[in-house]
Amino acid sequence: MSQESATARVARLLTMVPWLLAHPGVTMEDAAREFGVTPAALQRDLELLFLCGTPGGMPDDLIEAEWETGRIYLGNAETIARPLRLSLDEALTLIVALRAIEATGELGDARVVASTLAKLEQATGSHAQPLADAAGRRIRVEVADDEESLHLPALQRALAEHRRVHLHYLVTSRDEVTRRDVDPMRLFAQDGHWYLEAYCHRAQDVRLFRLDRVQSAQVLDVDGTPPPQARERDLDAGIFQPEGSDTVVTLDLEPSARWVVDYYPHEDVATLERSDPATGESRTITRVTLRVADPTWVRRLLWRLGAGARVVAPDSLAADVARGARAALLAYGDAL
Amino acid sequence: MSTQASEKTERLLNLVICLLHTRRPLLKAQIRQAVPQYDQMSDEAFDRMFERDKDELRALGIPLVSADVDPLFSDDVGYHIDRREYALPQIAFTPAEAAALSLAARTWAHATLAGTGAEALRKLAAAGVEPDAGPNGGGGLEPRVRTVEPAFEAVRAAVVQTYPIAFDYERSGGSRSRRHVQPWGIASWHGRWYLTGYDTDRQDSRVFRLGRIVGAVRADGRPGSYDVPGDHDPRQAIRFAAGASETERVAQVEVRAGRAHALRRRALDAQASSPGAWDEIRLAFTDAGRLVDELCWYGPDVRVRSPQDVVDGVVTRLREAAREGA
Repeated sequence: MSQESATARVARLLTMVPWLLAHPGVTMEDAAREFGVTPAALQRDLELLFLCGTPGGMPDDLIEAEWETGRIYLGNAETIARPLRLSLDEALTLIVALRAIEATGELGDARVVASTLAKLEQATGSHAQPLADAAGRRIRVEVADDEESLHLPALQRALAEHRRVHLHYLVTSRDEVTRRDVDPMRLFAQDGHWYLEAYCHRAQDVRLFRLDRVQSAQVLDVDGTPPPQARERDLDAGIFQPEGSDTVVTLDLEPSARWVVDYYPHEDVATLERSDPATGESRTITRVTLRVADPTWVRRLLWRLGAGARVVAPDSLAADVARGARAALLAYGDAL
Repeated sequence: MSTQASEKTERLLNLVICLLHTRRPLLKAQIRQAVPQYDQMSDEAFDRMFERDKDELRALGIPLVSADVDPLFSDDVGYHIDRREYALPQIAFTPAEAAALSLAARTWAHATLAGTGAEALRKLAAAGVEPDAGPNGGGGLEPRVRTVEPAFEAVRAAVVQTYPIAFDYERSGGSRSRRHVQPWGIASWHGRWYLTGYDTDRQDSRVFRLGRIVGAVRADGRPGSYDVPGDHDPRQAIRFAAGASETERVAQVEVRAGRAHALRRRALDAQASSPGAWDEIRLAFTDAGRLVDELCWYGPDVRVRSPQDVVDGVVTRLREAAREGA
C-alpha cells in the first residue's frame, strides 16, 4: 500500500464513500476485503475522510465517520454520495468481457448481454463513451472455441446436481482413450479451451480434462461429491503443471522450436551460441530442461520437431526417438 | 503512507468536494480560501499546485470544467465540477444483468485488468447494483482470461488511445528487428494475444504475437495521429494471417487400428482398408506445414498417402528425427 499514489487513493475514497453509504453498518473486515486493503489501511482512510468536507471548516461541514464499534457508519457526505462514472478503462474492461461472454453463447443470454451493454453506456462518462464503444470493438477476447462446447451442458448439469460422470477421455500424449469415473469440481475456460476439473477415481487424484478430448460424458445416477481431500489447482501459472518425476530430459532447440519453452513447464532454460562449421555463421540455441513422468509425449514432440530439436540427455531417449522415426519411414519405402 | 501523500490526498479530496458543492464556478482566489491546504501556501506555490491538481483530477476522469465567472471581467476564469457529468446515474440492473456484470469482471480476475474490473463493479455496487457474488452467473462456468505477455498493458493502452508504437520483435526463426506500428486492435486467439496494425516500415497491415515482443514498447507518436479502418475486426485479421482463409485440401492418411484417436475424430470419413491392421481416413486441411506437425506426432502409427507435398514433408521431418537421434 505504501506505493499507492495520492490520486489513486483519492479515486479509491471517491468510490469508498458512496459504497459505505450504500452499506451502512458494514464491518471493517468486510469493507477492507471489498476494497482489497488491510483493516488498518481502511482505518487510515476513515480518519482522513473525517478531515474532509465542504468549505468552511466548521465541524458540521466535515464528513462524519464512525467505526469504533467495528461497524462503519458515514454521514454528512452528500456532495460525494454518488460514485464517479466509469472511466474509459473500467467501462472497456466490462464491455470487452461482456462481448466475449455473448460470443460464447454458453455463458449468457445474448439479450441480457445487450441490455447490460446499453446500461453500461449510461454509466460511463460522456467523454469516454464514444472511445469506449470504438475501442471495445478493437479489443477482442476469445474465451474458448465454441466447437469444444459439445459436452458442456451435460457436465454443467452434473456439476450443479453433484453427480458422478463416466468419461471416455483421450490422453493425447499416450494416444489412448481412457475410461474413468470422475466427480466434477468446476468448469472453466482458459487459454482458449474449456476444461473440467474433477476428482478422478481411477487416478485417485484431481485431474484436468480438456473438453475437446472428451469423447463421451455420461452423467451417472450416483452422488458425485468430490472427497474432502480434493483441492482445486491454482491455474494462474498455466494449465500445464510440472510433472513430479525423476526423469530429467534436456533438449537443444533451434530458434524455430523455441515455442516449446513457452508451451511446456520446464525446470531450466539457457541460451547458447553455436556456430555452424560449414558457413561460420552463429545462431542461438535454447537449451531447456524438462522433468517428465511419461516420456511418450517427449518422443512424439521430437518426431514433430525434426531438425528443430536435439536430445542432449538421456541417451536412451535419443535412441528411442531415432528408432521410432526409422520405423515410421519404412512405410515410405525409405531404406535407412 | 507518508504524511506528505496523506496531505495531498486530503487536499485533492477537499478540492473535489468544494468544486462539486459550489452552485457557480469559483475563482482561483475563492478556491484557495475554501481549501484549507492551499491557504497556507505562497501565491506562486499555489498557482503551480492548483494547475497540477486540476490535471491529476481530470486524468481520473473527473469533469473539472472552467467557465467565465462574470461577463464584465472576462479574464476571470472560474472552475467547478459538472455534477451531472460526474455522478453515476441511477441505473436499475436486473438480477440477470448484475450476474452478467459479475461474470464479466471475474473473466479478468487473473489478468492485469483484474483491479480495473473490480473497481468498476464497486462503483456500480455503490450506486445500488448488488453484484451477484455466487457462481450462478454463467451457470457455474468460469471464463478465465489471462494476460501473461509482459507487453500486454502497453499495447492495450496504445490500441485504446490510438498512438503509434515501436518495439523489438522476434520472428519465429529467431531473428529480431525493430518494428514501427500503428496499432489497430488487440485480440486473444487460441490462448494467445495478438496485435493487429499497420507496419509503417513494410507499408502493409501485419499481425504480431505479443509473446514475441522483446523488451519495452515505446510510444512513437501522438494519440489519434492515424485512423483505424472502420471495418477492422482483429479476430478476422488474425485468422486470415494464420492461414485459415486458404483453400481447403484433403489428405489421405492410413492410421494403425486403435491409434491416432484425435485424427480419427476430425476425419471426414474412415474405412478399414485391410482388416485389423490399418484404417484409411481423409483429413481436411489448409496449412500443409501444420498437418505435417500433426501427423509426425504419431510417428509409426500413421502413414500419409497423398498429397505429395505432405508426404514429402513428413518423410523429411522423420529423416531429421532419425538422424538427430542417431
